[in-house]
Order: sequence, then structure tokens, then C-alpha cells
Amino acid sequence: MNITLHTLSEVVAFDGQTGNFNITIKQHPRYVDMDKCIACGACSEKCPKKVPDSFNMGLNSRKAVYIKYGQSIPLKYAIDPQSCIYLTRGKCRACEKFCPTGAINFNDTEKIVNLQVGSVILAPGYKPFDPTGWDFYGFGKIADVVTSLQYERLLSASGPCMGHLVRPSDQREPRKIAWIQCVGSRNTNRCDNGYCSSVCCMYAIKQTLITAEHITGPDLQQTVFYMDMRSPGKEFERYYEGAKAKGIRFLRCRPHSIEPGPDGGGVHMRYVTESGQVMDEDFDMAVLSIGLEPPEGNQRLAEVFGFALDRFGFAETSNLTPVASTRQGVFVTGAFQAPKAIPRSVTQASAAAAAASQALQSVRNSMTREKVYPAETDVRDQAPRIGVFVCSCGLNIAGIIDVKALAAFSKTLPHVVYVENNLFTCSADTQNQIGERVREHGLNRIVIAACTPRTHEALFQDTLQDAGLNGYLLEMANIRNQNSWVHQHQPEKATEKAKDQIRMAVAKVTLAESLKRQSVTVAQQALVIGGGVAGLSSALGLADQGYPTTLVEKNDRLGGNALRILDTAKGEAVGPWLSGLIEQVKRHPRITVLMQARVTHTSGSIGSFTSQIDVAGDTRSIQYGAAILATGAHESVPDEYGYGSDSRILTHLEMDDRLTASPGKIAAADTVAFIQCVGSRDSRRPYCSRLCCTHTMKTAIRLKTLNPDMNVFVLFRDVRTYGKREELYQKARQLGVIFIRYALESKPDVRAAGNGIRIACSDPVLGMPVEITADYLVLASAIVPNDIQDLVELYKCGRNEDGFLAEAHPKLRPVDMSVDGLFICGMGNYPQPVEETLAQSQAAVSRACVVLNQKEMQLDAIKSVVTDKCDGCALCVDVCPYRAIRLVELSPETASSHPYARKVETDPALCKGCGLCAATCPKGGIYVQGFSLDQLHAQVAAALAQHANLYEVVKE
Amino acid sequence: MQTPFEPRIIGFLCNWCAYAGGDLAGVSRFQYPPNMRAVRVMCSGMVHPSLVLDAFSLGADGVIVMG
Repeated sequence: MNITLHTLSEVVAFDGQTGNFNITIKQHPRYVDMDKCIACGACSEKCPKKVPDSFNMGLNSRKAVYIKYGQSIPLKYAIDPQSCIYLTRGKCRACEKFCPTGAINFNDTEKIVNLQVGSVILAPGYKPFDPTGWDFYGFGKIADVVTSLQYERLLSASGPCMGHLVRPSDQREPRKIAWIQCVGSRNTNRCDNGYCSSVCCMYAIKQTLITAEHITGPDLQQTVFYMDMRSPGKEFERYYEGAKAKGIRFLRCRPHSIEPGPDGGGVHMRYVTESGQVMDEDFDMAVLSIGLEPPEGNQRLAEVFGFALDRFGFAETSNLTPVASTRQGVFVTGAFQAPKAIPRSVTQASAAAAAASQALQSVRNSMTREKVYPAETDVRDQAPRIGVFVCSCGLNIAGIIDVKALAAFSKTLPHVVYVENNLFTCSADTQNQIGERVREHGLNRIVIAACTPRTHEALFQDTLQDAGLNGYLLEMANIRNQNSWVHQHQPEKATEKAKDQIRMAVAKVTLAESLKRQSVTVAQQALVIGGGVAGLSSALGLADQGYPTTLVEKNDRLGGNALRILDTAKGEAVGPWLSGLIEQVKRHPRITVLMQARVTHTSGSIGSFTSQIDVAGDTRSIQYGAAILATGAHESVPDEYGYGSDSRILTHLEMDDRLTASPGKIAAADTVAFIQCVGSRDSRRPYCSRLCCTHTMKTAIRLKTLNPDMNVFVLFRDVRTYGKREELYQKARQLGVIFIRYALESKPDVRAAGNGIRIACSDPVLGMPVEITADYLVLASAIVPNDIQDLVELYKCGRNEDGFLAEAHPKLRPVDMSVDGLFICGMGNYPQPVEETLAQSQAAVSRACVVLNQKEMQLDAIKSVVTDKCDGCALCVDVCPYRAIRLVELSPETASSHPYARKVETDPALCKGCGLCAATCPKGGIYVQGFSLDQLHAQVAAALAQHANLYEVVKE
Repeated sequence: MQTPFEPRIIGFLCNWCAYAGGDLAGVSRFQYPPNMRAVRVMCSGMVHPSLVLDAFSLGADGVIVMG
């Protein structure tokens, strides 16, 4: 209701300033009336014009009238004017003829829309790298060389081969597949993409594992040819190790070229192994792991909006303002800012929403729309009077199912007093008509036999509410998605099934009750735990959005790890910026900073939490609607490579401290060596600490800049300078930093001697042992989460195996915790650099504001309720995954209202309506409203009623 | 001639996964036998054992809980 979509549109002009921009949008004609289109697909079926399907990367064809893919929003067809026969040659109009709703409109024209907005967010995405010009990979010439995106479509159940993987040349199942990484990434030779695309290593691993699910058998062989395997994200390293354990072959080399396979199918490759052996191998298929490029039209977008692009063509941003473009009030997010995968794109999107809304804080909710409904009829004492509306959905239902027979059948069902068949039950006019029928016939329960409640229940609930009925007096019979569409060749059986579906819906709705959505009065204040960069920027963000915020820091100093960080990956000085941030937080009228403070008790749930906080011995109580956990992580203390035995063996932060205190002394060194992955990526900590490779590059470059004659060695396993950080790796190499790879099984040997630290290892390029004598050895030690056991117990929130706080969903809800009302950001979630921490903090602010913006928070009504039969046995307490149930002893005063001395109570704010309690309870003491055991039994009985009758007849 | 066996199957489908999958099968026009009657539940964990027994006692040939 508060989002307007302008599809097929482009911005042609833009001016103004933050809070008051004018945007001119050119909207291209769709030739389909969105209000009339019901996405039945009749137009597309009849359209005679086939064109390559760009969504399936040209692997199959679509029609000139089309939807891009099944989950498109809005789910409305469009005519592609470049391909449409009528629009190009003036004849055809087949779609118009067959459209059941008259939605085709060939008179549609281009429109200019002018908008006034306060902030702008740009999310134009990326362009997949096109390897067409690279003849040595044979793409476009050898049929079985595909890009990773094509392969993705081949694997997809909604793709051109319905998920049954076949190779293009002969449509046979491939058994031996090779992936080539870094095609169009980390390459300054054939293209100018000097950056790492960040996502390809992980998607290649994912594709190998999904392939293994599709194709089984011992002869399935999958090989990934790579340069550095980059899995620096949360749970990524485990995924990589898991793939290795499942037999996926990872080869560190770059095949020079791909040639056609032996008999017209597959490919032939020649490559050199790490040991120098030349190999010739045939594969059934080769997948090019293509990189991400800036989107088409990026230059024009930058010109229209007046912001800068970086040298690759991505939007320029500062590491300290990660979603702000160089034009004030214009924000950027997703892969347009830098190549990134889904979790960080989603996080950044929320961050951009926070940044965009912050400027508009003073006018918040002034233009939002809210719907008002008439008073609800009380149906408790009324006998059920059910109305059944059978939808034809054009021909989608009526083409298979006999809807007239269905309507006639519905009339015979108990309590049904009115039945109607509609061409489209969801159309606006039918909605009004339903309201009239409710009044005319005194209907108090409604069955809609149409499509799925998952997409249409909310719409029909709204219709009921408009008619003065509670929205939960509705039941849908899904006779389209789960009937006519899937039984197209069995119309009679489909009709029989539809009858059962309606009988089941009627049986259930007969027992339906008016349900009240509970609401919670929201404490419009926030709590932030942790006073590092994540906590500071979260607190500032929340306060700037207008919410009083309490910041709790356990130490006596704000700033956290950032106090010791010299600069960002881009070289922006952290110190002065951090001092400014701390000052802003301390001075902010809406922020209360509590130092040497710990949360000791917590109760309540989303919208209304109460906590006791111990502040240097004094206890105070605060109320808040949402909390952000920014509990942080720290550099671990190494227990190998002689750390602690010699003052010349340092961690990263210790080296930074020395570079700040006495740069001259360090610059005088002859040789400095780094060892990567110290305590990371091993059996004890099977994760990548994400930060260390970049940190090493920064320090190595700094050393080489201070003293170009210094010998700098980096002993590494995989260099993981993801995204634009690859530039730092390039620069380090250009400056002469020497990189020597070691394997986990043959770690470098370190011995402190009088003249320096001796480091012995084997150089895989030279194929021989080397010994380095260094003045300093820097250990890139693992980042480990801070100890937050107390908070985990207080909030009952989850952590992963490594001790980092868990998100509700790693991709879709990356800053929400599984406990509603709690949000995470910063290194407590996973090791990450300043710009990612800042984006995550802003995202957490954005998500917390969704809670805090409401005075009253409406909860769904599908919740557990306790009945008189509950005797307090508490079996349900243990099974509740949301800890929404607690046992209460009834006092003598309240005991009279309940037959037992004990009972359970539920917290509706925590309950998700899953009903594990109801299935566990042996005595009907608890059930989920809207899905009561009686209702489910009635449905089962109704489903088998026809059969049961026959059964009775046979018995007689 | 014997009529072919047409089993009556009661399916309990979790709203968030199996039921959504059923809808997607429809959008994708995957054809499957019309022998199952679906009961939508908010979680497969909601399915009380008595519902399964009930289905069998009323003549169901099979019960499938999907979640």
C-alpha cells in the first residue's frame, strides 16, 4: 500500500536536493492493462512469435508476450515491442483475441511520470561478464561450454530442462564437468576487471553440490580449476571443506584453452598441475565462472543523478559511508556499489533504507496510507451461514474443472446458504459483489474456491473486513494451483477433487471463530549492546531516526577494535573519524551511554522488553522495543610460531601499534615476514577470519612505501582480497612483496635466533625449501568472538558453532536474530571490516525502526491459546521452539477460573503458531487458533466423506 | 475387469514449504496424480497423531506429512 512500482521505466531527469528532489520517469508501454491481467498465460500460449528467453540466458525461447519468470512482481504479462508481430508488422493480435479479461491494449503509449521524493536509492544490479570474445575458451563455438549463469538455469527446476541437467550438444546427462574460475575477474590482461567478483568461488561450489544432488553415481566427476579459493564469508569455509569431503576435485591451475571434445560433444583441456605435470583431459561440459560487471547504463545513470563512478564503473562510495553516493541524498546498494553476494546485498539494502529515511525523519509517516474498516459483526451466537464463491479464473479453472457442477454440489453442503460462480473472484468488481452478498444473505462465513491462500488470502480477508466480517471467517479451497493446473489431463478426477476441497473448506470454516489480532504497545526506545564501531553507529543511527537509545558498554572506553585500526581498505584514516563518532554519540540528546555496564536481567518480547543493567555496581531498569547486539570480536592470541617467546613476533594490531609509535624503527628493518591464517581455517577454527588478507596487504604496502628496499614476504594459503580489495593485492605485488604459498599440512617452521626470526618453508613455485631471516614476523591471527555467554542465556539467542551470533536467515534476514525484536551487527556476527560493519549497523537500525516506528504493533492472530483442559503438565513447554510457553502456578484467587492448580501461559508476541504444542498435548489443553484440532479433524473427515460413504455401502 | 487401485491419500502440508511447493508445482504445471487431499497446516509439527489415526480409520490408504 505504501510502495508504488513503476515498471518498464527509466529515469530521464533529476534535480533538487535532499528532501526535495524532482524525478522525471519515462515509462515504456506494457501493452497489457495491469488492472485486468490475471496472469493466466492465455496470451503467451497463443502468441506465435518465439524469441530467445533472456532470463534463461538464451537456452530456450519465450513468446513476444511474456512474463520474465514465474515469480515476477508484479505478476503481469508484457508485450516486447521489438518482437511482437503486430507492433512490428501490423498483423496478428492473437493475444488480444484470446485474452479472457480484455487486458491487451495495443494503444498503450509511452508516459512521462513526474515524482517528488526526499531521498533516492539506486539498485540497478550488475551485468554478467560476457566471455563471447575470448576464443581460447570456445564460448559460443563449442556447444558444451556454458557460462555459470547458463549452468544455473540448466540446474533450475524452472529452467529450460526442468532441472534435469543435460548438456547442450546432445541433451545427454553430463558425468564429468569442469568449472573455470575467474573468467572476467581478477584479469587485467584480456579485460579491465582487476577486481575479484566475490561471489564466483561460492557459487561454483554450490553448483557442484547441487549437481551432485541431481546426478548420482560413482562416475560423476566434478573439477574446479581455480587461482585462490575465496570463501571468506560466514559458514563459507565449512561449505568448501564439505565439498572437498564429498569428492569435488579442486585444482589450483588455470587451463590455457578449451578445445572441442573428441566426438563433437564435450571439451578437451590441457593444463599443468602444481607439480608441473602437463595433463590432457576430456570433460563432458565446461562451465565458465563469469564475474560481475557494472550494469548496463551505469554511465548514463551517473550523469543523470550526478554522482561519481569508480575506475571500474561501480558507484563510488567511501568506506566510512558505505551506501552514500557522491551526490547527497542519493544512496546506492547491492552489486552496483561493488560485487557482492545476496547476504551483503540484502544488508546493504536495509542500510540504504535507513540512510534514505534518516533525512526524512521529520516528516515520517506524513504520507503513508492506512486502511480503515467498518465495525465487525459479532457472529458468536449466529448459526453458520456460509457463502461459497467458485472462481473460474478465466479458463484456468473452468477449462478443466466443471465449475457449474462444483457450484451445484456446493449448495448441497451443510450450512451453505449461498453459492456463486465468478469469472474472476479476485477482480475488483467481484470483491464489491461479495460484500453485497454478505449483506443480502446474512452470510457469516465465506469459502473462496480459487487459487492459493498464500497469495490471495490477505486480499479476501480484506474483502471480508470491508463487509464487516472478521477476516478469519474465511477459508480458501485451492482448486487452481493444487488442482486444475496439475491435473490438466484428468478433468473428471479434478472435478471430484475440487468437490472434496470445497467440502473440506466448508467443514473447516463452519468451526471458524472471529479472531482478534493481539497488539503490543511498543516502547519506542532502543537498547544497543556494545560500544565499538557497530554499537556506536547503531546508537547514532537510532537516535538520529528519533528514538531514545541506551548504549551499554562493558569497558570504560568507547571505540572497540577501531581504536587500534589505522585506516580503511581505501586508505581513509580511522582515528579522527572515530573520535568524531564517539563525540557525536556522547553529545546526542537522545543517547544515554552506560559505561562499565552489563545487562543482568531481561524479560518481555518484541516491542516491549525490560532489562536490568548493572552500571559499575548500580542497577537501573530500562524499557525498549528493540535491541541491537553489537558485541564484537577480537584478535586472538596466537599459540604457535613462537608467539610470546620473542618481541619481534607480533600480531597485526601489535605491528600497527608499533608503526604508529615508531615508524622509523620499523622502516629500518631489512626483512619483514607475514604468516596468514594463524589460528583460522584449521580444525580448531574451521572458518576464515575475512580481514587478515586485506590487513596484510595494507601493512605490506605501508612497509614497502616506508622503505622500498625492505624485503617483505607473505606466507599464505589462499589470498582472499575479495571485491575491490584485489587492487591492494595487485599493488603489493607491484611493489615487490613476495608471496609464498604453504599448505595446512606443511606449515612454516619458525625459530627465533639472535640475528632474526628464521622461517623455513617450501616454495611451491621453485619447488624447493626456502629460509627467510626476518627482523619482524607478523602473525595474521584469527578473529574470535567476544564472550557473550551471559547475553545468549538472557535473550535465548543463537550462535553458530564458532560462537558468532546467528542470524534468523543468512540470506533473507541477515541482521535479524531468531528472537524477534533483536538485531545484530558488527564482528559479533562475523569478522568484517569497517565498511561492512557500518552497512550492517545501518541495516540493523533500519530493521529495528520497523518495530520502533509503530505505537501499537499488530500480531498475527494465528497463535496458540490455552483451554480449560490444561492441567499444567508442561509437556508443551519443552517442545516450543520459540520459548513462548511458560508454566504458571495459579494463586487461590485466580484458581477458581481454571479447574487445575497449574496451567501454561503463552506469550503471543513470541508464538509463531507452529502448533508443536497442540500436537504434543495429550488432552486438548492448547491449540492454534484458526487451525484447531477440531477443524483439522473436520477437514480429514470431509476429505474422506465420499469414500467413507462408499465404504459403508460396501460393508452393508 | 478389475478397476485399478486409486488410493485415497491425506496430505498434511506445511504452509511454509510443502504447501508453497504445491503451489509452485501448479505455476510450473507439473502434472501429478489427483489422489491426495491436502490439509494446510502451519507446521508439520502441528499434526497430532490422532489426525493420522483418524485418517486411516476413515478409510485413507495413506497419509503423507510434508514439511
